[in-house]
Amino acid sequence: MRAFSELFTRIDQTTSTNEKIDALADYFEHADPKDAIWCVALLTGKTPKRTIKSGELRDWCAEVSGTPVWLLEESYHVVGDLAETISLLLKGSDGETSHALHEVINSLVALENKTDEQRKAYITGMWRQLGRQELFVFNKLITGGFRMGVSDKITIKALAKRYSIDENIVAHRLTGNWQANETVLDSLMSATDDAADISRPYPFYLAYALETAPEELGDVKDWQIERKMDGIRGQIIVRDHQLFVWSRGEDLLTEKFIEFEPLAKLLPSGTVIDGEIIPAKDENFLPFHVMQTRIGRKNVTKKSLMEAPLVMVCYDLLEHDGVDIRHLSLMQRRELLVQLIETVKEKEANIPLWLSPVLICQNWEEVAEQRLKSREYNCEGLMLKRKDSEYKTGRRRGDWWKWKVDPLSIDGVLIYGQRGHGRRADLYTDFTFAVWDGDELVPFAKAYSGLTDKELLEVDRWIKKHTTDKFGPVRSVTPELVFEIGFEGINASSRHKSGVALRFPRILRWRKDKPAKEANTKADLMDILRVYGGLYDVS
Amino acid sequence: MLTFNQNGIYCAQADVYIDPWKPVDNAIITHAHSDHARWGMKKYLAHIHAAPVMRYRLGQDINVQTVDYNQPITINGVQISLHPAGHIWGSAQVRLEYKGEIWVVSGDYKLGEDGISVPFEPIRCHHFITESTFGLPVYNFPDPATVHHDINDWWRKNREEGKNSVILGYALGKAQRIHKHLDPSIGNIYTHGAVDNVNKLYEAAIEPLPYARRIDSSINPKDIKGDIIIAPPSAENTPWLRKLQPYKLGICSGWMQLRGTRRRRGADRGFVLSDHADWGQLNTAIKQTGAEHIYVTHGYKSVYAKWLQDAYGLNATEVETLYTGEQLDEPETTGGEDAGI
Repeated sequence: MRAFSELFTRIDQTTSTNEKIDALADYFEHADPKDAIWCVALLTGKTPKRTIKSGELRDWCAEVSGTPVWLLEESYHVVGDLAETISLLLKGSDGETSHALHEVINSLVALENKTDEQRKAYITGMWRQLGRQELFVFNKLITGGFRMGVSDKITIKALAKRYSIDENIVAHRLTGNWQANETVLDSLMSATDDAADISRPYPFYLAYALETAPEELGDVKDWQIERKMDGIRGQIIVRDHQLFVWSRGEDLLTEKFIEFEPLAKLLPSGTVIDGEIIPAKDENFLPFHVMQTRIGRKNVTKKSLMEAPLVMVCYDLLEHDGVDIRHLSLMQRRELLVQLIETVKEKEANIPLWLSPVLICQNWEEVAEQRLKSREYNCEGLMLKRKDSEYKTGRRRGDWWKWKVDPLSIDGVLIYGQRGHGRRADLYTDFTFAVWDGDELVPFAKAYSGLTDKELLEVDRWIKKHTTDKFGPVRSVTPELVFEIGFEGINASSRHKSGVALRFPRILRWRKDKPAKEANTKADLMDILRVYGGLYDVS
Repeated sequence: MLTFNQNGIYCAQADVYIDPWKPVDNAIITHAHSDHARWGMKKYLAHIHAAPVMRYRLGQDINVQTVDYNQPITINGVQISLHPAGHIWGSAQVRLEYKGEIWVVSGDYKLGEDGISVPFEPIRCHHFITESTFGLPVYNFPDPATVHHDINDWWRKNREEGKNSVILGYALGKAQRIHKHLDPSIGNIYTHGAVDNVNKLYEAAIEPLPYARRIDSSINPKDIKGDIIIAPPSAENTPWLRKLQPYKLGICSGWMQLRGTRRRRGADRGFVLSDHADWGQLNTAIKQTGAEHIYVTHGYKSVYAKWLQDAYGLNATEVETLYTGEQLDEPETTGGEDAGI
């Protein structure tokens, strides 16, 4: 684990992307191969199953370090990361250890079936042996969320460098169902066994938000305009007569979406479709939250199948007759997609695959008008795709753009501040906002994002000076500051005091021009709910 | 004997304030940082090494009486003396004794040697006023010698890569401390004007620092290669700094102990180097005073006061002041030009 902690330190001590890539590529080359594959797994979110609870860690750390639990809690609120808090409190030994990363991970996983005494003995034993940097890495392995300032993109670039292969190929080989304990990095990155994992999806092509006026994109005729659905982006794969459904977050969700089961027989083997999984009924799309209630459940009930039947709105065809066709133009891929869906519909009219409609617009003004209608279709906005674009890997500028509708918005009063995590640790950056209900302020949204770093510091200082009460990490403040809160959707909710639940609330701007009294009211929220609200209660 | 009012820490018997934040007649100043030595007092009393900086920052015409450490003066029966606080050069604890009752106002302090200031001297007292900037057990600062060693290694490595090393620290105190421990055999040392101004005062009062050049119009930034530049935090994100590219940025602060703050500041390297007491030092200092009554000011006041009650059974209370302690981000209101860190 020492080499891995040294890698961590090297990455932690630079802000340069190139240096991070070099450090990783070095590690992949020189580390024990069993450790290297775990490193890739951790950095791409394939974390091992968690076997120790936060509460246990807290109690054991309090005991070993002689810190009262309340003081440990206070420290944790400031540090914003339990693994780091524990490493700082324990200080670490000066000795050297020789535990390999993969052995440590396997030992941690094996703790699941051990007695409480054995679990505690292993963890506290390791705590006594490890140096400070190793301690932090060890605790991070326990608590999960191992990010270490490295994005998927950096990991991919480092692997591309180490193995001298194209980034897109690396990205593709990293997708799918491989397990760190059963995989060798060299083989995962080598071309020979590409066929090994028939469930493997392609890396998704993602769009940036439109940055200019659409007119600057050139002739509207060169662009395919589609609605941007509000569901779960996914890939439907049929290979060897087996069906796999992947989400963009690379979760294999085949079991959750039983509507798609018949596709294993209906779609020809060697088919990969990119689309949006979304609830729909009688030709209409239903709001996203209708599906959310279903995803969380272990078993899909008949009732939820009736209430929220899912379809895939098909955007693109990536594999056709077993051949990767991502290099073809969007026009060509679309033609093949249309043919495929039509052929299948001839066999079975009632399949859960809908073609994503292409909007016919003569000019950009018509596109703009279509965009404004997005909410009527329960859509987030439009997708603009260049007709001659190939299907790229990851988030790219140039050929695909998303043009979302402007968010709904309301002015709320800041009433609570809570300390943030990670780089916002020790700053009050998580806010709760309220609207007026008569003389009373009713909380309606929490928001974390939208302010600049400078504004965050300003609000943080303000909160520290205007605290009226403290409970744990939360401070209530005098109701003075007003912020414009944007959100994507609104639904009635009996769980929330305000009676509504907002989708993706965030701060649009600080209304320094407005006194608290002029913030919006609960009645205003109800008006928005009447116009834009979903039909279902999410409680 | 001492009370806390809207102007600052007040001794009615001697009619004198310690580090007041509003203009008053008589002020005793613990040290020359801008949150402790403020403008507008009719008379100041300060350590001989603090006075030059105060004149430089508050105006040559201020009325300052100076004393050395352990050189008692008496005002209306109150015996007042200054004692080393180890925070920066010229920093002092203020000891006040009246009819057998002893109070100590420690200002900002740290334990141990820093090479530029007289180390903290523990003083027995009944009432002790302490800061709590780093009053949480997660703040355990590394041995400063190791940190200075790391800074020199970092400079060497950057130089090998053809880059400058820009190191940020308070112009008063931290900058001289960093400067004194640099290894001039690695390369040239340059200073920002704000740092150089304070360095000149240090050199006049105490001792010469390793040779350094002030970056002014006579210097062509292109001639600075693989060298180290000491600058105040306010120099970050300025055109002045951009001229020194390519460079690596290092920040010296106790806050660099936390990964989150390191990442937020976006520095290449965070060096954990503070002029304030860490958790262990706070506890040691307080135990050494033997004081029963502890007043906890700027920092993690409430948590630290509760700890002192629970762990040591002391009569510890938190006190509101306008002192800011070590700042990581640009403070809102300070008079000094070294606002920041």
